[in-house]
Amino acid sequence: MKPSRLSNCGNWVLDRFPVTKFWNEHMAHYYAPKNFNFWYFFGSLALLVLVNQIITGILLTMNYKPDAKLAFDSIEYIMRDVPWGWLVRYMHSTGASAFFIVIYLHMFRGIMYGSFKHPRELIWIFGMLLFVALMAEAFMGYLLPWGQMSYWGAQVIISLFSAIPIIGDDLSLWIRGDYVIADATLNRFFAFHVIAVPLVLVMLVFMHIVALHEVGSNNPDGIEIKESKDPWGHPVDGIPFHPYYTVKDIVGVAVFLLFFATVIFYMPEMGGYFLEHANFIPADPMKTPEHIAPVWYFTPFYSVLRAIPDKFAGVIAMGGSIVVLFLLPWLDRCPVKSIRYRGGIFKKALFLFVVSFLALGYLGTQPVTPIATILARLFTTIYFGFFLLMPIYTRWEKTKPVPKNLTRAHSLEEQLHAIEEQLPALIKEITELKPVTTEIGHPAFKSSFFNRRPNPDGIRNVATRLAKKLKESLD
Amino acid sequence: MKKLIIIVLLTLSFGAIANEEIELQSAKINNSDKDSIQRGAKHFVTYCLGCHSAKHIRYLRIAIDVNADPQKVLSDIAPEGASIYDQLHSAMNKHDAEKWFGTQPPDLSLVARSRGADWLYSYLKSYYVDTTKPLGVNNLVFKDTAMPNPLWQLQGEQHAEQRKTIYGEYTKLVINKPGTLTENEFDLFVNDLVNFLVYVGEPVQLERQRLGKYVIFFLLVFLVIAYLLKKEYWQDIH
Repeated sequence: MKPSRLSNCGNWVLDRFPVTKFWNEHMAHYYAPKNFNFWYFFGSLALLVLVNQIITGILLTMNYKPDAKLAFDSIEYIMRDVPWGWLVRYMHSTGASAFFIVIYLHMFRGIMYGSFKHPRELIWIFGMLLFVALMAEAFMGYLLPWGQMSYWGAQVIISLFSAIPIIGDDLSLWIRGDYVIADATLNRFFAFHVIAVPLVLVMLVFMHIVALHEVGSNNPDGIEIKESKDPWGHPVDGIPFHPYYTVKDIVGVAVFLLFFATVIFYMPEMGGYFLEHANFIPADPMKTPEHIAPVWYFTPFYSVLRAIPDKFAGVIAMGGSIVVLFLLPWLDRCPVKSIRYRGGIFKKALFLFVVSFLALGYLGTQPVTPIATILARLFTTIYFGFFLLMPIYTRWEKTKPVPKNLTRAHSLEEQLHAIEEQLPALIKEITELKPVTTEIGHPAFKSSFFNRRPNPDGIRNVATRLAKKLKESLD
Repeated sequence: MKKLIIIVLLTLSFGAIANEEIELQSAKINNSDKDSIQRGAKHFVTYCLGCHSAKHIRYLRIAIDVNADPQKVLSDIAPEGASIYDQLHSAMNKHDAEKWFGTQPPDLSLVARSRGADWLYSYLKSYYVDTTKPLGVNNLVFKDTAMPNPLWQLQGEQHAEQRKTIYGEYTKLVINKPGTLTENEFDLFVNDLVNFLVYVGEPVQLERQRLGKYVIFFLLVFLVIAYLLKKEYWQDIH
């Protein structure tokens, strides 16, 4: 009798609350293209990191004190005296950087496979809003440890608002709540970081996913799977998200957590990139650090700011470098979505864009030198060129014919197998057998010993072949 | 495009050369060497605690982490009158410090994390006599430091000598008047002290490294199971 009574209870809820409907719509009967590759792990990983940040964040607020006099010491209290506090704090600080790594890869995937294009423009807009909210969340969270870099980083960024003509000074004063970053600023940033922005983030994630499930997922081939359906009305190239992609994403989660745990347990500072060295010194309004650099995930945009000689123009350029991403669905005029069937010019442009984004990121961590400024200007030009010239160069793109159905994704085993087959030939090519010359002149010892040595000619051949292949793939 | 890449790489490498700094000596940090940490703690209390606090650590925590008897830590390491639950507070107050040194000596709980072990090791070894300074000493690593050299009796008096080579000029520190410790003994002394400071910067360091192995082992097992599960589900999808 007991189980049926229990299921009656369950039915009582199900009759009144659409759990089943929700589950089917978004998991069990949501059809996703079956050829998702490596790049499609980062959406679910972003969700995982968000949950990690919320849970560890709640635990941190239980012992953190948002007070300019107590904040720094309360973090050290968490690190030392709170049981497992160090783990929670490292999970949160590493999670912040992991969030940006995952999001940047997720966005790159979108650009590469044209996931922002019709009919998915709104998903991209929600995603960009999420990105902006995430940057606000990270920026305000970074002030909370109240270290030197927290303090002066916030000082620099908020002072940017004062570059706006007429209202600038009053605006930055209004944001800070004081003439410098102070207790009032810490308190309001705490409020925003802990409740206001997370609410916005969760809401936007919900809208991002609802919009995605309305139009369906894109795929590495950039084909609409809804266009060819089987007699039951399911896409021929689609498979239910649950269980296929839930079990697949769990593999992605395991790999991600391996990296995540390695950082947390063995390199939580990540060489001063995830936790900056100067942030282990309590904030001191009287002492400006020699070199103020934002955390690594802001450095590309910070570089753009520094590249422009005029402060206000720099602020506009930095804002523009983010705004221009919002416009992507309308800047790209090419009807083909996926990079697999797009023309060489887009591939080259995207390559240059990635290089300039990484270079700007690196330059943002370095002190200003004349050469660095010139480079930053060059890469800023490429960054904007990628977007603003897009309506021109994508119009004349020589695209390849797009297939009607999805091409098969090669599984990991097949790829490993292929490598395994090619490996002996490759090793043979890049090495050469040389007889070992022994000191003993006896004929019995001659030519019976061989030694494998790297063969410079073979290595050169293989390298040129790889380079040629890479060049071809860009055309 | 090839040219562009080459230009970029070249200019980046010039940037690396342009930034010139004094070469730091490397400290041998080993947080599992409990004896070294214990010696370092004693050195810290004897030579540093007069001015610098380390308020984020307690004597009891040190005793637990170096597997020492709390009573022994209290008698051997802690200053007289300290309780085992006390944090390592300095006796010097802010007012006096500012009068005597112009600034309050910073708390050293996290100095190893902000400066790095090698910097501390080199800094403590790089004092030299400079009569133009109010304290009579200067430092090669941290120029015009406000801190006098607390270890001069141990190290002896160092003088800076300018040396010329074909690569350019450089400064070498030479001990003119030997101290109570030999050079090797002094190196070990400073190393123990820095080792202690690294420990104080993150007392949980050994614990997290020990736990990390289990977490990563679990995740590897989890990965294998997750992968097999995925393979099982996906075998019909082509």
